[in-house]
Amino acid sequence: MLLVLSFGLGLAAFTPGVAQAAGEAVAGTLQTSRSGPIEGVQVTVKTPDGQEVETVESDENGKWSADLPGPGEYVVSIDADELPEGVTLSGDDTRTVTVAEGRRQPVNLGLEDGSRGAGGGGVRAVQLLVDGLRFGLLIAMCAVGLSLIFGTTGLTNFAHGELVTIGAVVAWYINVQGGVPLIPATLLAMVIGMGVGALNELGIWRPLRRRGTGLIAALVVSIGLSLTLRYAIQIFYGGRSNPYSQYQSQRAVDYGLFNLTNRALFSIIISVIVLVLVAVMLQRTKIGKAMRAVSDNRDLAASSGIDVNRVIMVVWMMGAALAALGGVLLGLSDQVQWDMGFRLLLLMFAGVTLGGLGTAYGALVGSLVVGVFVQMSTLVIPDDMKYVGGLLLLIVILVIRPQGILGSRARIG
Amino acid sequence: MGEVFDALSVALKAALGFQAIFFALLAIGINVQFGYTGLLNFGQIAFAMLGGFGIAVSVSQWGLPFWVGVVVGLAAAVVLALLLGLPTLRLRADYLAIVTIATAEGLRLLFRSVSATEVTGGTRGLAAFNRDFIALAPWETSKRYAILGTSWSGAELWVGLVGWGIVALSCVLVWLLMRSPWGRVVKSVREDEDAVRALGKNVYVYKMQALVLGGVFGAFGGMVYAVGTGSAIPDQYQNANTFLAYAALILGGAARVLGPVVGAMLLLFIVQFADTGLRTLISNGVIPEGLLTATDVAAIRFVLVGLGLMLLLVFRPQGIFGDRREVMLDAR
Repeated sequence: MLLVLSFGLGLAAFTPGVAQAAGEAVAGTLQTSRSGPIEGVQVTVKTPDGQEVETVESDENGKWSADLPGPGEYVVSIDADELPEGVTLSGDDTRTVTVAEGRRQPVNLGLEDGSRGAGGGGVRAVQLLVDGLRFGLLIAMCAVGLSLIFGTTGLTNFAHGELVTIGAVVAWYINVQGGVPLIPATLLAMVIGMGVGALNELGIWRPLRRRGTGLIAALVVSIGLSLTLRYAIQIFYGGRSNPYSQYQSQRAVDYGLFNLTNRALFSIIISVIVLVLVAVMLQRTKIGKAMRAVSDNRDLAASSGIDVNRVIMVVWMMGAALAALGGVLLGLSDQVQWDMGFRLLLLMFAGVTLGGLGTAYGALVGSLVVGVFVQMSTLVIPDDMKYVGGLLLLIVILVIRPQGILGSRARIG
Repeated sequence: MGEVFDALSVALKAALGFQAIFFALLAIGINVQFGYTGLLNFGQIAFAMLGGFGIAVSVSQWGLPFWVGVVVGLAAAVVLALLLGLPTLRLRADYLAIVTIATAEGLRLLFRSVSATEVTGGTRGLAAFNRDFIALAPWETSKRYAILGTSWSGAELWVGLVGWGIVALSCVLVWLLMRSPWGRVVKSVREDEDAVRALGKNVYVYKMQALVLGGVFGAFGGMVYAVGTGSAIPDQYQNANTFLAYAALILGGAARVLGPVVGAMLLLFIVQFADTGLRTLISNGVIPEGLLTATDVAAIRFVLVGLGLMLLLVFRPQGIFGDRREVMLDAR
């Protein structure tokens, strides 16, 4: 009981006063990937017997919302003629919704912009390939830390996904609540992420190594940590998904074979630069060489005068900062959510296992394959099952080549 | 004072109700796999989901009798265990961990996806499949009964009685198995795989048998849960539940027959007491609304479980009844 109370008090300092909307409302967003948010389209809300309740227009972010007099059934309709050229309704122009008491009911009016299916199979495949590369690079950036931590300490860190979430959520608070532009907010979030990584190592894993805790016990501890952090984030941040305040209303730019928003393009560029920097660091710098040496053989590294604890510390800080950056990029494309990191964690594991557990370059190659595979698989399977495809890939790899693409046979035991 | 008493009675009911049975059965399964054999199955909830949906889909969607549904659920769990075990049991322990957690999450996503709606009911799940079972109760199921200051409906009592019966039978089975030659081999696999191999035993087969057996216990747990709630919804089977079961097992003591049962009852008692207590404190205004709302309380239980799991593993890995020497596992 005391534990709960003290935990609750700790939250007091952080939780901003979140006002709960008391009245009922319907709301939605008019947006397609090619046109971006659609502004100035009228949405009409009526009662089932045809009496008009309210008419609202979508704002510059494509968002609209209408307050309702009370709970009950409502008919939401949209004027298809007002939609911009090339955008059509994929279903009916009306939706009937039931609004429960005190609820803000989201209404999804399906829109089509012809980017799907119309361009033919080949072009869609290229589009998905590019999306997959972006996603794979993002997974790789998050997974480098996971793989290096495994390599240097042997720990399978199930709490790595939470480092991703923390990065995204911290950046969201600084950006949206603090009003700081996203780029400095991201840098700040990376610094804070680095601190969280250092705290992880100093507060938990170094003392545990000193106690001689077994690897399986450590693995279960990391699961406990993951649960604690994940649900603490849910309490603190809430269950909703929120966008950052910038770069949201971008139109996709046409590159011939595929379309890409500028934020997706920059996500790719940033990931490539960061990953190249990591590779150069691993190959050329003293600390990078030390990391590889500790990964390869810890005792030998220690006896050749490498300060193993310092190397592990740097690995944690670097891994956590990269995970935080990955979290922000993921938040840019998919919005910020309390369990985004955990969902990505499974794909990170798939990528790391595919590439070979414990090798930094393996994580990179494996993650790229997983990212592309997950996106491309939507050619044949429904969109909401694409993660299932990635996890299936993981199992197939373990059957065919358990050591992964770049891993060595000796590691799998 | 009356409120403390109320919270205690709600917690007591939770410790005896079908949720405790659910976690006890999950934990008994994990005990066979992790406690005795040293296998890290982090996807136990997937077996429970197959058990629950085995009944739900057979009865609600295919119109089969209840007992056929039970068989379907068990068969599905066995198939899943074989599929998971085949590629991973030859590899080091953490591979099984990664694959099982991935499978559990993947199966849940699959069951809740739009394209599976025709079979599993999608995100809404299935309901109305437990009538035949409830009708078997020897007493009036619509009345409420008062026992030890707690109030139960007849149906709840019936599910509880049958559930605890399954738990008792499972414990007897585990006890018998673990003092048989099979149990000794399985425990030696946990301690030293190579030594067992040198004695001419096929380690792979023993591990597979343990995985299947543990999965079947998990499937029974899922059935009790589905029948107890009267519905099967994919999102009920969040993988955090697997770790609640791990916490229950480690709290009670791994590699002990009654460890998981005592652990599950204690864990549910503590979690439910904290839950009700916090809600009361919030509604009384002792904890201000801005600090913690009633919706946050559900998340607090997982924060508590996570913290508890960490602290137990670090400071008392043997739990209440366990033997420290038996739980010092290391990755091979």
